[in-house]
Amino acid sequence: MLNLHKDHKNLVLLAFVVFAALSIGVAIMPAYQMEEYQPIPGMKDLTAQERRGLSIYVSEGCVACHTQQVRNIEMDNIWGDRPSLASDYYYSKQRMDIWRQSPSLLGSERTGPDLTDIGNRQPSQDWHLLHLYNPRLVVEASVMPQYSWMFHKSDTSYVDSDAVTLPRSITQMKDSEVVVASQDALDLVAYLKSLQQFSFEDNEPPMNFIPALSKDGETAIGGSKKSEGAGLYQNNCAACHQVTGRGVKGAFPPLVGSIIVNDQNPEMLIKIILVGYDAREEYGVMPALGENLTDEDIKAIADHERSSWGNNAPEVPLETITRLRDSITNDRTL
Amino acid sequence: MTIKQLTLLLIQSLEVTTENWLTSPGVLGTIFLVFLIIFLGIFIFIKRLNIYVDLLKKNTKDLTEEEFERRLFNLDKEEVDEILELRRQGFDKNKKTKPQLANDIKSKNTGFIKKIINPKNPLFDEKSRSTVKIEVSQELKEIVVWYLGAAVFWLIFGTLVGQYLGMKFVWPDMDNTPWLSFGRLRPVHTNTVFWGWGSMAMVGLGHYVISRTSNTEIYSYSRSKAAFWLMNTAVFIGNLSLMAGINNGGGEYREYIWPIMILFAIGLIITFFNFYKTVAKRKISEIYISNWFILAALIWTTVLTFIGYFPTYQEGLGETVIQGYYMHQGVGMWFMTFTLGLVYYFLPSSLNKPIYSYSLGVLAFWTQMLFYTLIGTHHFVFSPLPWWLQTVAIVFSAGMFIPVFAGSTNFYMTMRGNWNQISKSYVLPFFLVGVVFYFVGSVQGSFQAFRFTNYLWHFTDFNVAHSHMTMYGIITFLIWACMYTIIPKITGNEPPQRFVGAHFWLAFVGLFAYMISMMAGGTLKGLSWIEGNPFIESVILMENFWVWRAVGGSLMFVSHIIFGYNFYLMIQKKKIAKISRKQTLETQIN
Repeated sequence: MLNLHKDHKNLVLLAFVVFAALSIGVAIMPAYQMEEYQPIPGMKDLTAQERRGLSIYVSEGCVACHTQQVRNIEMDNIWGDRPSLASDYYYSKQRMDIWRQSPSLLGSERTGPDLTDIGNRQPSQDWHLLHLYNPRLVVEASVMPQYSWMFHKSDTSYVDSDAVTLPRSITQMKDSEVVVASQDALDLVAYLKSLQQFSFEDNEPPMNFIPALSKDGETAIGGSKKSEGAGLYQNNCAACHQVTGRGVKGAFPPLVGSIIVNDQNPEMLIKIILVGYDAREEYGVMPALGENLTDEDIKAIADHERSSWGNNAPEVPLETITRLRDSITNDRTL
Repeated sequence: MTIKQLTLLLIQSLEVTTENWLTSPGVLGTIFLVFLIIFLGIFIFIKRLNIYVDLLKKNTKDLTEEEFERRLFNLDKEEVDEILELRRQGFDKNKKTKPQLANDIKSKNTGFIKKIINPKNPLFDEKSRSTVKIEVSQELKEIVVWYLGAAVFWLIFGTLVGQYLGMKFVWPDMDNTPWLSFGRLRPVHTNTVFWGWGSMAMVGLGHYVISRTSNTEIYSYSRSKAAFWLMNTAVFIGNLSLMAGINNGGGEYREYIWPIMILFAIGLIITFFNFYKTVAKRKISEIYISNWFILAALIWTTVLTFIGYFPTYQEGLGETVIQGYYMHQGVGMWFMTFTLGLVYYFLPSSLNKPIYSYSLGVLAFWTQMLFYTLIGTHHFVFSPLPWWLQTVAIVFSAGMFIPVFAGSTNFYMTMRGNWNQISKSYVLPFFLVGVVFYFVGSVQGSFQAFRFTNYLWHFTDFNVAHSHMTMYGIITFLIWACMYTIIPKITGNEPPQRFVGAHFWLAFVGLFAYMISMMAGGTLKGLSWIEGNPFIESVILMENFWVWRAVGGSLMFVSHIIFGYNFYLMIQKKKIAKISRKQTLETQIN
């Protein structure tokens, strides 16, 4: 007869066996099942450089503050077009080497933004490098640590022609010094830029967000056109052009008093938002946002830019945006 | 009700909008629990205040007598001889100078009582030696002090790192050294307090419990020492490697790479067999409930570490399934289980009475194993993990109410009727805070797994509040309670009450500030995300809460320094204590 109060052997054995059985059922079996997932057809593996970047991402403990999962709830829809799928992690979550296991990329804390789609949201290498060198140069309120040890100062005349340097004015370099990005910084940025949520061609994601626990009634939507534009601007533009619209001297141009923004004819502004801009040497490259934003979004952003910080230009008609988008698409298809 | 319906009730049917978020059951419940903590603080404070009020009323007669009796009782043989000798000399002297009154005698060592010094100073109440010193073997005493000493060191180091990290939220540009950067230091903090502080303290106290309840010596002290060195080396090298940027992949609590963690695991296995063999040669037929918990914690954690580090099923999201399981069980099967085992021994022993219900303890044991094991995935609700796994986790999170109620009722009923102990020493307040947090922290954790609360709080700083409520409020407070119970008994040295009091109040108030600021900030952050506000706004709104967190953290850290000093006083060599006691006796007798 089993008397656990007196029989230490069976007590320990029972505790061990039941726990092991439960663990197999709730951890090991589901883990094996999750391994059976295949990559989404068309998804690309990481390049060697991106993999080195991933390794730095893990070493530096970025996962402590940045998640990489778009949950299937509506508040997460700003981080990706669709909820994350198990297959999304096929390439990134492989064992790193004999010493280190598959990286815990999903994360448990969102002290900084989710990075699932950061490569689409912020494709500019210049921005990423400046941000790593000192986050507060580009995002004033950021509490992210600086990674300036991944950069070194050097005299302009000694810098290799293919070395990547940071703009001198914003990094406050004296004389002929310049900040040069190390290979680590470049690898890390390459990895960050590779973080782009894979989009399904037929535009029908296999899963939808669980509807929002939204506010009652229409009041919120009706009265907040203005704040909608401000919000979209904040999410899509402010990282470079800043909330104040003043940009970052020597890296990203100001929108305050800008001729393009304040022009009576908004076509140039709309075009830049749609297809990006790289015409001025002294500033970073502006990415195309047409893919990510609807015409209504662009109108809201443009109206916000044209009516804030002392800018004063008329609203943009929606038709202009639709027309410009069509003409650009036609140009491309022709 | 079928499981499915129950799940629906828990996850789906709560129709909550952000406008009445305050009335959602999980949030309401949490607010209630926070008030429970406030009441607890007030209760202990008033109880402590009572003693001063009583003393001011000069109601000290009983206490003084009690004190005197205890002192007499605790005297060693040599000390008694010494005093008797003094008295004899005094009598001799008295015979020679007959007419003089005892009061007139100028010379020392008369053996007569001239005046009684009131041992109860109302402001700095010096608590008397509360209990009789327990004779334990030198080896057992030594090993307990070894482990606890290492634990104290890791506590101070680990929380120093934590405090530094907390300040980085306020001043992100404090330093620019790779070894001290936030991402690398954060796991140093968590792993140090996990594997350094908590684990060393538990295993050290475990040695005492296993030996006492089995009424025999530990099977092998040299193995205990081997385990001691293995585990401490693992924490030491592990932390160095984390600071050098070498980690296992960022999964919480398994950041040490396997060649380092294997040292710790071997230490665990050695400890398990050492304890097991001690229990096997016990001199009483029953296995006390504490030993159930302690042996199980060791064996479960060994299994857990193995599953956590074994590679073949950890590609892709397999790793995430294991991560949820591992990090939850690390807390549940190791810290919670082991600490409960300690409390089942130390709480009744500090009150000098049996545990309220032995069978409730057995119920708590089996339900702990059954429910705790299944709920790991609640860390990944709404993630791409299988929905059935998330559902199981949420349902059994609610099931956790059973072991939690069983455990906290048992402890509460054991303490009932002894509330006056609070005014005499800080041991019971430490236990009480730990037990109340056991209830509050665990129930709050279950609330957090509900749909809306998860929606609101997941990924925010609220998680940080929860983990400090549990790892600090429960585990750390209970370990302190056990340490203050046992170390004076085996070394004979009691730290001054005012220092223990300072430790208690700084830690309690600090934790409260920490917890409230992170809960309030986390909630506002979650609401801001639900509203769809730009992300950076949620960073800006946290600023003040992070300052308050750093303030709370500083109080906690200062309390640990005081605790370290108290520990030093407790383990000082007996010699010094003897002298001081002799002096007090002399002054009293003179």
